Amino acid sequence: MNVEVVELSPIERDAFAEIANMGVARAATSLRQMLGEQVLLSVPAVHIVTREVAAELVERDNSAKLVAVQQSFDGPFSGRALLIFPEAQSLELVRSIVGADQSLEDVIDLEQEALAETGNVILNACLATIANVLRKSMRMSLPTIIRGDGATLFAQPPGGGNLVLFLYIDFTIKSRGMRGFIALLMDLPSIAALKEIVQDFIEKVER
Amino acid sequence: MQCKVLVVDDSKLARMVMASAFRRLRPDWELVEATGASDALEAITSADVDIALIDFNMPGLDGLELVAKIRESKPAMPVALVSANLQDEIIARARELKAAFIPKPLTDEALGAFLSGAVLRLKKASS
Repeated sequence: MNVEVVELSPIERDAFAEIANMGVARAATSLRQMLGEQVLLSVPAVHIVTREVAAELVERDNSAKLVAVQQSFDGPFSGRALLIFPEAQSLELVRSIVGADQSLEDVIDLEQEALAETGNVILNACLATIANVLRKSMRMSLPTIIRGDGATLFAQPPGGGNLVLFLYIDFTIKSRGMRGFIALLMDLPSIAALKEIVQDFIEKVER
Repeated sequence: MQCKVLVVDDSKLARMVMASAFRRLRPDWELVEATGASDALEAITSADVDIALIDFNMPGLDGLELVAKIRESKPAMPVALVSANLQDEIIARARELKAAFIPKPLTDEALGAFLSGAVLRLKKASS
């Protein structure tokens, strides 16, 4: 089997992590506005890994039952952005956003819609910042909800490769004991396109 | 007035973006780069730095913890926290530590305004 190996140089990895970090920091700012509580972020990690390894990375320290809001993006490079948290916390998150005065029944009714809307605001803040920094326009799909383990979240789409560029940052909302991830996933053709765009960006900075 | 500026960021790209802005705004100023808190604290004691620009999200001590350490020995040094994380708590904590806040992505306008203010404060302090 002919496997094309794409590697990121240290400066490309650094640049991508920094640009994505700005995106996620803006996303955390939006989440903070929705929750009214501070959101703590980790330092971003960027890996080129198989989908299985990406799945293991999100399951580590988490239950295997996860909920994700995902949005596909498409432009000079394409991929998926996901807001992921343990399924057990999904109702708590919704309740934090819609207000504690809602009944459990109402929260359950609202869950799907509230998750999609939260994901939409947060992931858009992240992707729009990345697109603006790189001066590229990106189309974003409507959010969808996925439930399952890491393997379900990162399942290989038809025609997609198994090796992905995987960036993740974890977030914690200390006062509510909640945590989750924001992850970006791109496959090989996109990594090659992204490398060129990042190279361009670095050259402009050096000029 | 020519100043020596400490730029603290774990990302090389972010330091390059900062250096590039300085080439446009204050080409004759000297930049000292640090990749984290321990490098930064060493530079502050050994390199006679006038101004510090500090990233927030770094491994080890974060930017606010670093500013707090810097304040122990340099209570009046013009310092700015640089971050895309615009959460109220972070900006409020920066204020408490008498640090300015500059949003990322960095713009020449935001950096330029901070530097002009910093020069005024340094001139006032030395007069």
